[in-house]
Amino acid sequence: MKADRIFIQILRAAAGVSLLILAAFFIQMFWSSLPALRAAGMSFFSGTDWDPNQDVFGAGAFIYGTLVSSLLALLIAVPISVATALCLTEIFPAKIAGVISFLVEMLAAIPSVVFGLWGVFVLSPLLRSSVQPFLSERFSWIPLFSGPPLGIGMMSAGVILAIMITPTLTALAREVFLSIPTLQREAAQALGATRWETIWIAVLKNAKSGLWGAIILGWGRALGETMAVTMVIGNRPQISASLFAPAQTLAAVLANEYAEATSDLHLSALSALGFTLLLVSTIIHLGAKFWIRRGRES
Amino acid sequence: MSADEQTKLQPRIELETIGLQAYFGETRAVHGVSLRMPRHRLTALIGPSGCGKSTFIRCLNRLHEEIPGARAEGQVLLEGEDIYRRGVDPVLIRRRIGMVFQRPNPFPTMSIYENVASGLLLAGVKDRRTLDPIVERSLKQAALWDEVKDQLKRTGTRLSGGQQQRLCIARALAVEPPVLLMDEPTSALDPISTARIEELLLELKKAVTVVMVTHNMQQAARISDQTAFFLLGDMVESGPTDAIFTNPKDQRTEQYITGRFG
Ligand SMILES: Nc1ncnc2c1ncn2[C@@H]1O[C@H](COP(=O)(O)OP(=O)(O)O)[C@@H](O)[C@H]1O
Ligand SMILES: [Mg+2]
Repeated sequence: MKADRIFIQILRAAAGVSLLILAAFFIQMFWSSLPALRAAGMSFFSGTDWDPNQDVFGAGAFIYGTLVSSLLALLIAVPISVATALCLTEIFPAKIAGVISFLVEMLAAIPSVVFGLWGVFVLSPLLRSSVQPFLSERFSWIPLFSGPPLGIGMMSAGVILAIMITPTLTALAREVFLSIPTLQREAAQALGATRWETIWIAVLKNAKSGLWGAIILGWGRALGETMAVTMVIGNRPQISASLFAPAQTLAAVLANEYAEATSDLHLSALSALGFTLLLVSTIIHLGAKFWIRRGRES
Repeated sequence: MSADEQTKLQPRIELETIGLQAYFGETRAVHGVSLRMPRHRLTALIGPSGCGKSTFIRCLNRLHEEIPGARAEGQVLLEGEDIYRRGVDPVLIRRRIGMVFQRPNPFPTMSIYENVASGLLLAGVKDRRTLDPIVERSLKQAALWDEVKDQLKRTGTRLSGGQQQRLCIARALAVEPPVLLMDEPTSALDPISTARIEELLLELKKAVTVVMVTHNMQQAARISDQTAFFLLGDMVESGPTDAIFTNPKDQRTEQYITGRFG
């Protein structure tokens, strides 16, 4: 039918446009990064010194901060989200689960600057006054917990990111669990599986690839989150073994320095940071897709 | 008549319901059904759809109560013991009663071998030297061994629908349950797969008490020893299959089996 053909053409055009925008974005970012990348060479990615006044641009510490803070966030958020989602779909009565799901969705709608404020006024003081002293007293021999308890730093960023991605992760995990047929649960129950065994055999095992997808989406969000992180991470370009130490992420340094950048090379270097962030996200995304697909086929 | 002869004529009752009622919230789906299911016989449950056959059979292994808001009243005696008595753990009851569902539901993340072994793995049997022969025996009982013996490590979801259903039968049989419940096990299958499963049921019932829901009256007539006719949540009548099909006592049964409604 003619109308169908036209409709399909419109869809094609729409898909083409978004592909075009993405490509244009990559090329543009790369183009404006070139002066800085030329000047710094590979040391742009490996160097850890960042001093715009001296035209020294090494993004290594930012890449490190981005990866570590986001992984820390996943480490905290994934177990909590999966457990919450399991309670919602497998354990709580429908009414209570509905109320909690609603609250979780509300959490997802809180603007990130509000999380940042909360991080500055509540989370960081709390970490400084109780959590970090506790950890450093007992586990100071672990480098992760060495150094003075500052409150702000990598750990604050990780925790705040965890709180920010937990609602999204929970909602995604809940969708994954809901999509598993009741018949799978009944198969386990009929074999004499307990509640927990049923959750393990029929729900979690079947949800594996869906959960990986949810985790990747959550990771993507944590990688690019800017506002709340810059408010609590301490904004210092350094690689420290300690989680208490201040750090910096790609997105946060961009937000901090964009307005003050005067030299062309500095601006170009900031573009290069954006390009790097784009690259990191894309690599993680594609890598995870590939890995999930391989897992599914074997 | 000696006691021995008596048991030959009147086989032991493996499973019996007394005044069994099943509810979904306030709605009563099964209205006080009393039915005796003799040992090593195949009992067929027939009746128009929505009349409570599935609900009834799901009460027999206490699966019904897993649906939110669902509950059952009355008694279900498994070898004389009421499985609804207070303090009885439904999980332990379900280990003694196998169940096969309308649509095949193998575990997609498990291999064929693991699917068959899953009931034993749940019961804590992990030793392969114990599991191997049981897996083989169960797959042979389910008439699937020859088709899958070279691909036990592959996932069960790549099999055809009929093979998947036989895999589910093997999974249920692996724990050697004295009772096997089947809810329209062939209704999603082609005629050839259906015939294979009917054949294997005739063999199985020599060692297992089978209760089967079927919407297919020819199937009930072909393979069952006893038939119960359900209508609108009531069990209208039950008796030896040939008697039900040739000489039903209730007019509604006659109307149903002659195809005048349902
Ligand atoms: N999960 C459920 N919640 C509420 N009512 C149900 C549910 N499942 C079945 N019913 C109702 O219980 C009655 C019996 O259903 P069922 O046992 O599935 O019938 P059959 O297996 O004979 O077709 C029907 O009226 C059906 O609508
Ligand atoms: Mg049914």
